[in-house]
Amino acid sequence: MKRDVWITGCGLISALGEGRAASWATLNDPAAWHARMDSQKLAPHTIHPMVPLELGRYIPRPGDQRAMGPLMHYGCYAAGMALAEAGVAGNQELLARTHMIVAAPGGERDLAVDEQILAARLTKPNNVGWLNEMMLTGLRPTLFLAQLPNLFAGNISIVHGVSGSSRTFMGEESAGVDAVRIAWEKIAAGQGDLFLVGGAFSADRPEMLLMFEPYGLLRQTPVPDLWHRPRAGMTLGSVGAFLVMEAPEHAEARGIKPLARLSAVRAAHSNRAAGAATAKAAEQWAGIADLAGGKAPPVLSGACGGAPITAEEHEFLAGLPGAPSVRGTAGALGHSMEASFLANLGLAITSLEQGRLFGPLAPEEPIETRGGDDAEKILVTSWGHYRGEALAMIERIA
Amino acid sequence: MTGSTSGKPIAVTGIGILTSLGEGKAENWRRLSAGESGIHRLTRFPIESLRTTIGGSVDYLPLDPLDTSNFSFEMARRAAQEAIEESGVGSPGAFPGEMFLAAPPIDLEWSRRMGLADRGGATRYPEILDIATEDSEEIHLATINGGIAARLMAEFGPQGSPITLSTACASGASAIQLGVEAIRRGACDTALCIGTDGSIQPEALIRFSLLSALSMANEDPAKAAKPFSKNRDGFVMAEGAAALVLEDPDKARDRGAKILAYILGCGEAADTFHRTRSNPSGAAMVRCMREALFDAGLAIEDVDYINAHGTGTPENDKMESFGIQQLFGDRATQIPISSNKSMIGHTLTAAGAVEAAFSILTLNNQLLPPTINHHQPDPSIPLDVVPNKARPAKPRTVLSNSFGFGGQNVSLLVGAA
Repeated sequence: MKRDVWITGCGLISALGEGRAASWATLNDPAAWHARMDSQKLAPHTIHPMVPLELGRYIPRPGDQRAMGPLMHYGCYAAGMALAEAGVAGNQELLARTHMIVAAPGGERDLAVDEQILAARLTKPNNVGWLNEMMLTGLRPTLFLAQLPNLFAGNISIVHGVSGSSRTFMGEESAGVDAVRIAWEKIAAGQGDLFLVGGAFSADRPEMLLMFEPYGLLRQTPVPDLWHRPRAGMTLGSVGAFLVMEAPEHAEARGIKPLARLSAVRAAHSNRAAGAATAKAAEQWAGIADLAGGKAPPVLSGACGGAPITAEEHEFLAGLPGAPSVRGTAGALGHSMEASFLANLGLAITSLEQGRLFGPLAPEEPIETRGGDDAEKILVTSWGHYRGEALAMIERIA
Repeated sequence: MTGSTSGKPIAVTGIGILTSLGEGKAENWRRLSAGESGIHRLTRFPIESLRTTIGGSVDYLPLDPLDTSNFSFEMARRAAQEAIEESGVGSPGAFPGEMFLAAPPIDLEWSRRMGLADRGGATRYPEILDIATEDSEEIHLATINGGIAARLMAEFGPQGSPITLSTACASGASAIQLGVEAIRRGACDTALCIGTDGSIQPEALIRFSLLSALSMANEDPAKAAKPFSKNRDGFVMAEGAAALVLEDPDKARDRGAKILAYILGCGEAADTFHRTRSNPSGAAMVRCMREALFDAGLAIEDVDYINAHGTGTPENDKMESFGIQQLFGDRATQIPISSNKSMIGHTLTAAGAVEAAFSILTLNNQLLPPTINHHQPDPSIPLDVVPNKARPAKPRTVLSNSFGFGGQNVSLLVGAA
């Protein structure tokens, strides 16, 4: 069995705005997305914070809101948007057989408790029970639950009633890629009809930055164009991105129009020796080139901005047959790790709806300005900041 | 689940296990079937003022147990090595299939957070961020959730993109389910499915303690885990890893591999009720077990033994028993059911894989491992829990349950070769 895979719902929130229309508008207004970058809150780092959300819209119960931190709010919110657009929200019969695959990082920590412990450490002896005591009195059980990656999905089940199944993938960019890939493979093979797939990332938190700072990839202010940053070239962005993926006959039977066809999803894991990621990507492109007549359509790149991997991807994209127009979207909304690939699929849907890519995000960069922005099909890449290479093709359904 | 590809039994051709009982499947089975406990007093960190001071920690590996990422990697590596060697598939460093890894969520360890803070006498996150800038791949690998899989990829060389997953206490079973599905749809001929968890450290212990989930029967550690008993008072945190090599049965036979058992079916269901409690209706658990039966094309009469989730918390055991009685009706009291956790504790992320491995050994040895510490039966749990002593039997099919926090449930049906 080999079936098509449709996308029938999309929820996208980020620094660009809430929803596809708002994101599209902001992307086409460089002054607007530049203005939304925040170089104050976590100075000297620049981040791309989430637009203000009216949580009650998709997380109506205050008790549910309190049980989560920002990360899970973003996920729950975007999941609610996607379910609503796909006509699944509130439909118990459909929700009971919706399979969920999410990509989640660890949640936010209780910063106050951590900082109290770090302060106490200066006056305490090494390795005795004071740390136990401070954690016993300081830590709160609800915050533990807000930290567990699998509770990200658990909260979506509770808030939106998704109960078919629930799987949480972990592991930065690849987790988001593989969530989409597994749902895609299962639908294509007839192992399921209806999937809710998504991820989120919360960037405006120092403990999140601290996960990546010791590797030396985080960019400090000022921030040049994405393609021309040094090794420390990654700015993080808060994102919630969810898709409803569905078998065509299932969508047709319930009278739902598709937003796009996801024609291919390929994922690999090279060891990142020089050229290794390129070799994987070339193999991926060779495997799907026929779907686009051998000529690469426009590309939304998930390049993180850090070196040397961003430069390697740049070289690969520059050499693709057909000289496609490229957008490095992390320049405008920040790199969002687990959510990055899903966010780019959302932005690809917007571009397909508009029939063209949004304007260049790096105006001095030839691969963004070489033209050919018409979009019937779009390639989406995800080369992880550390591991993982992925390529997807998404297209408009006539 | 729709579709033409579900239902095919998938062969298991290799197993590796490592728990507090020891390393290797032979040693683990010897001690488990003898009803021995691996639970003991924790010594790896100060236990002053803790409510729970016991665990099934793995204390015999020569590395820092407070580095969750590295410790979980090493246990996974050893279990995978054993499983791959037994299966004989592929060649060293070139596993010819995909990898599915259930691993604990990783965070920056306290030792590292303090180490970074110490460099500048920092007490606040922005200050630590200022001094943390360097180029340390070692810290990065130990801090990101994809780090364990990246290291296993380098060691064993599986194909494709490795999946790291967490479905709470069902994670190990989810890894196996993902492998079964991948082989059934033809994505690969063989899959390396691993569950690993080495996260006994003060913060994790305290957090579970604050949820009132842990046994506080500290006086006699070996007697603390008492699933299905009237006096059960919580689970005992534990560590371990297990790996299964799954294969398309035709391909396994073609290469002359010895098939140890089959994964006949997998079921999963999410609960929408509460973050830490199951729906009192038991609906999701029942649906989960029923889906596994459906996927395997089996009826309730076909189940000979149940490897319980059986954590020993008042809530889980009551609900699991309730769910089993709902699904199996009159037959519920006749099917032996026991909990490996009475001996090895709750290996959390690894549990589903560890217990699937023990389910296979149960079939191979035709011996049901006991539920130890069962001296005060709970009248509200009218099940045959194989109390205290292993029992010879002739099981052909085992149902292995994994029911997790956050409402994630997975059941596997394991069949004799």
